[in-house]
Amino acid sequence: MTSNWITTRAWFLMLPLLIVMIAVIGWPLIDTVRLSFTDAKLVGTQGSFVGLDNYVKILSGTNFQRALVTTFWFAVLSVALEMVIGVLAALLLNQQFYGRSVLRALMILPWALPTVVNATLWRLIYNPEYGALNAALLQMGLIDAYRSWLGEPNTALASLILADCWKNFPLVALIALAALQAVPRDITAASMVDGAGAWSRFRFVIMPYLAGPLMVALVLRTIEAFKVFDIIWVMTRGGPANSTRTLSILVYQEAFSFQRAGSGASLALIVTLLVTVLAVAYAALIRKSAGAS
Amino acid sequence: MERRSLSAAILVHVAALLLLVVILAPVVWLFIMSISSTPDLIAKPLHWWPDTIDLSRYGVLLSSAVNSAGQAFVASLFNSLKVAGMATVAALVVAIPSAWAVSRTPSVGWSLYAVIATYMLPPVALAVPLYMALSWIGLLNNVFGLALVYLTILAPFTTWLLKSGFDSIPREIESAATMDGARLDQTLRLITLPLAAPVMATAALFAFLLAWDEFFYALLFTSDQQAKTLTVAIADLAGGRVSDYGLIATAGVLAALPPLLIGLFMQRALISGLTSGGVKG
Repeated sequence: MTSNWITTRAWFLMLPLLIVMIAVIGWPLIDTVRLSFTDAKLVGTQGSFVGLDNYVKILSGTNFQRALVTTFWFAVLSVALEMVIGVLAALLLNQQFYGRSVLRALMILPWALPTVVNATLWRLIYNPEYGALNAALLQMGLIDAYRSWLGEPNTALASLILADCWKNFPLVALIALAALQAVPRDITAASMVDGAGAWSRFRFVIMPYLAGPLMVALVLRTIEAFKVFDIIWVMTRGGPANSTRTLSILVYQEAFSFQRAGSGASLALIVTLLVTVLAVAYAALIRKSAGAS
Repeated sequence: MERRSLSAAILVHVAALLLLVVILAPVVWLFIMSISSTPDLIAKPLHWWPDTIDLSRYGVLLSSAVNSAGQAFVASLFNSLKVAGMATVAALVVAIPSAWAVSRTPSVGWSLYAVIATYMLPPVALAVPLYMALSWIGLLNNVFGLALVYLTILAPFTTWLLKSGFDSIPREIESAATMDGARLDQTLRLITLPLAAPVMATAALFAFLLAWDEFFYALLFTSDQQAKTLTVAIADLAGGRVSDYGLIATAGVLAALPPLLIGLFMQRALISGLTSGGVKG
């Protein structure tokens, strides 16, 4: 078999996937680009060409800037918290204790819980009148009156971040645990013989094994967090007073609530561009750290 | 095994107990809410364990009486099963040949990166044209239309997972079969695919869970019992006028049950899938 023929055969086998991808991803993406230069409505009018008007309006408007800042804080804080708690949990799960295998198995629960169920669950927990959080904090004497965690602009985003973190830190923990189990026992033993303390053992012996997998987890989680929609929509719909309105929520409102398909499309493309920049920057970072180690 | 002092051992056990509580408490509370009577749920101070256990909500949601809350819920349950099932099968059908081709043909390997890159795309980048197209061909609020849209998520993901699965099956086995005179389709059917069965099962499970979990497209593209999926039905309950928190919790328990069971029983397969994805990138 010539290599030419093998390549042709490969393309032939990939044909169904390529057709599907062009139909449901390629074409819609190109059409989003076209729409972003028009004032099309979601239903009815095709709209006419308006050049860069949509982009200029969005980039100079306060809605976009505010949503960008909200998205930034949501992504940075939730991912940072998930990474720190996830690694700590993995270090713990790598120790000897009674019931370790049961606890390891249970770590899958938050991850397996559907995002919408998780959001609903936390919405009930944060409920201002009957929620479990208010009841627990009051009974422990930490607050003296019930609070509306999702109803006040200064606590809503933090409450969302905690709910998101609870669902996602176990995944980081499981990835980190798998990496920890790959650290050879004799290396940690040798470093202890050499008198390395707990911190330097973690920093110089264990961390090199963790860095790669954690970097990948960091990339995937950051991109996911940047695109966040579900949990926010179910818990706050972007409120109160738009304090939890992230970019994806803003696109939804623009394109589907207000039916402005044109400016919704240009907003969506700006979000896509930001995610792409993130992904490319991270890919470069991973390649650099892979080359260094 | 490193030797530890007694205080270190106690510290580890306390920390493990804390982690156990953090992981379990919210899930257990969801279940308790679903079996608590309404007076127990709105009592102050809150009853952490109900005085009266009330299982009636499970009956309400799973009944199919006309125009009941149950009818809408059961309809959404079946819609979720249909959409996730169809999308999973369709994704595997297109992903298996491509994943094998990419795995065995390094010269087309770059196309896999293009496929994976689309997985990073935010759904909002595709939503408006997809909405217009579905509306134009009459597949808005339709389980087939939604399953088709789910291929945007499932097809790249399963291709990526299956490709690393095929990578771990030695080519030599295939060449040996070819040398013995087997045609390509025979080699694949009799040798490669049976060997890849575990990874195909993992890919199918992941795909099904992804589709079961999906909310954004379902919210946009479905509007009533004909196609509304479970996630949308639950979000409606949570954000709507329903004042029975126990009913919302019950819907949550029922929707979470299949993925939680899959998660607990398929543990090993799922975690190896997750972590190999994490390790290999």
